[in-house]
Amino acid sequence: MSDAATMDGLPAGGKGVIADFSADKQSFHVPWGKAMMWIFLLSDTFIFSCFLVGYMHVRIAATDPWPLPSEVFALSFGGDPIPLILIAIMTFILITSSGTMALAVNMGYRKDKKKTFWLMVATALLGASFVGMQAFEWTKLIVDEGVRPWANPMGAAQFGSSFFMITGFHGMHVSAGVIYLLVVANRVRTGFYERRGDNYEIVEIAGLYWHFVDLVWVFIFAFFYLW
Amino acid sequence: MAQEGQQHPLGIYFKIWILLFVLSFFSYMVDYLNFQGATRWTLILLFMFLKAGFIIAIFMHMRWERLGLKLAILVPPVFIGVLIWLMAIEGNHTELTRFEFFGESTMVPQEVHH
Repeated sequence: MSDAATMDGLPAGGKGVIADFSADKQSFHVPWGKAMMWIFLLSDTFIFSCFLVGYMHVRIAATDPWPLPSEVFALSFGGDPIPLILIAIMTFILITSSGTMALAVNMGYRKDKKKTFWLMVATALLGASFVGMQAFEWTKLIVDEGVRPWANPMGAAQFGSSFFMITGFHGMHVSAGVIYLLVVANRVRTGFYERRGDNYEIVEIAGLYWHFVDLVWVFIFAFFYLW
Repeated sequence: MAQEGQQHPLGIYFKIWILLFVLSFFSYMVDYLNFQGATRWTLILLFMFLKAGFIIAIFMHMRWERLGLKLAILVPPVFIGVLIWLMAIEGNHTELTRFEFFGESTMVPQEVHH
């Protein structure tokens, strides 16, 4: 539905808001699953915001110097260490997966089961590789650099607790997303939604979750790694 | 009812996809080219909001939703600004109090080894 103004003769704009919310039955003219996913994502936005604001607070309040993320997350491939290189690769992987997900949603609405399935599988694989790189990053930080949630040799102790909390919670979201995508992809493949007479909107709802995970990473990348 | 779902030409997804790559590359360059101070923070925030905006508007289809849903989802996060403002004040106060009672930091940070 690209033209909201003409939808079912409902008014658009400000009058549309009043008409939607003063209705006796339904405010959001989308499938219920989609509305619920948006509301869940809104609550998740507040959770991640609380983490990031908490991180901002401890970083402002710390009297020890804050470790430089650019140096801490640099990686050497034999030569001079390249700043933040692994994080940059992880960012590109997540964006790639967002693109394949967007295409999967589109193919779903075109009822192209095969393409939808493979694009979702590709998205899940990219997500899994992101988690794998994160595991590598954590291992390097814990084993080689000696970063702990309560202390680290490079500066303020709060660095470790913020890092493990924020990236850990995000990584958990990615892992859950990989499982979620694979379950939905398999149901697309077996024709579960077709038999139920669904319009593949479930693919779009799963896509909303996946794009949100990418969205959160945009903020983590900016505030934790670049700032 | 909008049960037909969100159907749009593929071209827009590819354009936004490329744009997100370019913006990510720019934000990485902010660190790589070692911008500092106000320039760094402005660039970080600029690229961050552009990326977030395109993901929400196009990939999550928010641009094509009705205003009622847009307001319900996009307005509440605005109030996080109040929390950020309060916690920034609180953080500065905590830091000042620590300096006042515990003095300057005596920690000698170690080099990162790669």
